[in-house]
Amino acid sequence: MSFLKVEALARRYASSCPAVFENIHFGIERGEFVCILGHSGCGKTTILNVLAGLDEASGGHVFMDGREVRGPSLDRGVVFQSHALMPWMSTLANVEFGVRSRWPDWSREQVAAHATKYLEMVGLGHALHKKPAELSGGMKQRVGIARAFAIEPKMLLLDEPFGALDALTRGTIQDELLGIVQATQQTVFMITHDVDEAILLADKILLMSNGPQAKIAEIVEVTMPRSRTRASIHHDPQYYRIRNHLVVFLVERSKLYAGDAVEGHDPKHPPIVRPGLDAEDADTSNPIAA
Amino acid sequence: MNMTKQKPWLAPLLSLLILLLTLAAWHLATRPKEAAVIVDPEYAALVGGAAATGAKSAFPGPGEVGAKIWSHLKDPFYDKGTNDKGLGIQIGFSLARVLGGYLLAALVAIPLGFAIGMSPLIYRALDPFIQILKPISPLAWMPLALYTIKDSSISAIFVIFICSIWPMLINTAFGVASVRRDWLNVARTLEVSRLRTAFLVILPAAAPTIMTGMRISIGIAWLVIVAAEMLVGGTGIGYFVWNEWNNLSITNIFTAILLIGLVGMLLDTALAKLTRLVSYRE
Repeated sequence: MSFLKVEALARRYASSCPAVFENIHFGIERGEFVCILGHSGCGKTTILNVLAGLDEASGGHVFMDGREVRGPSLDRGVVFQSHALMPWMSTLANVEFGVRSRWPDWSREQVAAHATKYLEMVGLGHALHKKPAELSGGMKQRVGIARAFAIEPKMLLLDEPFGALDALTRGTIQDELLGIVQATQQTVFMITHDVDEAILLADKILLMSNGPQAKIAEIVEVTMPRSRTRASIHHDPQYYRIRNHLVVFLVERSKLYAGDAVEGHDPKHPPIVRPGLDAEDADTSNPIAA
Repeated sequence: MNMTKQKPWLAPLLSLLILLLTLAAWHLATRPKEAAVIVDPEYAALVGGAAATGAKSAFPGPGEVGAKIWSHLKDPFYDKGTNDKGLGIQIGFSLARVLGGYLLAALVAIPLGFAIGMSPLIYRALDPFIQILKPISPLAWMPLALYTIKDSSISAIFVIFICSIWPMLINTAFGVASVRRDWLNVARTLEVSRLRTAFLVILPAAAPTIMTGMRISIGIAWLVIVAAEMLVGGTGIGYFVWNEWNNLSITNIFTAILLIGLVGMLLDTALAKLTRLVSYRE
């Protein structure tokens, strides 16, 4: 059984309306980085909130480490899209707030040292005593990441953490996140709209069809070696094949799954594809490229 | 905008000019006139010769008021019996009543406002009572308070309590109810207990709104105390004003009015400073 198991998850707002998403099945292994990609309105954030325990599904179950997820837990750290830092606390106090909740018996010095370590990890050692209002958007999001990592959760949930950042900042923080995740072997589930971000970070990409009645259409395995960097990733021939596959899905195929299932598509076992390993000429016929 | 930046002394200068013009107009209006009428000597003895003949208005000029203020400033705490106490003592009584009623109101309003803000059920259950009680003039409670409490000084404190509770209650409830969902979610994912969330997240998040309510309340309390003390009598700046009206001492009334304004301003400034202390920038 997978480390995280999602079974038949569904969400509907009224019994008369079609479900926003239904029949969502997937699993995440320990140490895996999984991205979920799909258009707005397919319920990605709701799925993440259900995994976090902040929201309840209308049907289905989530199991983590063999136990059903009921309500929020320190085992699952969350990085919010809007960073959600407490503006009256300093950077350090924001991270300490989490650390103290995780280890209530620790002394003040222990808490401060632990929080400082994680802030230094995201390159904010110089801004410990600044208030969030004095930080740039990228720095704020770094604090949010440090806060989530500092409680050393079994799993991290990231809700489009870089959505509000400019491209340059986003790239830098992606690299940092990649480094930290590789060093800590953290299990991560992340929402993104950005195809390149998904390829850079993920081991597996869940492709969601459009809502209503959104489902997982495909699971794309990123077959490139894990030691990727933003600077070198585009030299790998697999990169463009995977990228084309994702773009074609988002532009053309994501809407084909509306209503009844596409023939042969079993939402319980969505097809696992490895476009990176396809033959050289398989995808080049496609005009939508980088 | 630009004017005040380039010449920071301009606004104070204008203020001074307005003050001087007002004082001058006041002086001219109350200047002694030529005696014209012969009056009853008994009446003249009662109100003072000059006033009785119409040569001098009973309304004091700025010089007389200034002299009066100076005499009060020199000896603010004298006590020559029930009806003749220094202004410092009277203001002290008023401040004690205001702070007593106000702090009691804060003790009730802030926890209750928390409960209302956190629970939509409690909000809906209490809303009709709040809506009906809030617009009642605090002085309307006075007879009821005097009848039940039977102590005029505590009745005044009760009136202050009842008038200062509403802004604090409503602002606390609003501030607590509008704490950002994200911050509460952070606390939930960190498994922070409800009590710790209330003190470490909701209270600091709502503090600026709560303090704004407290600032409105202290202003209202200071407005109401004068009227309340006119009714209950005995001590306090409100009683002083009414007593000096009975003495027909307009100079004393003037002095008291200025003092009431000054103390009110100081109270407001103090609360504004406290509000700045708990404000945060997002």
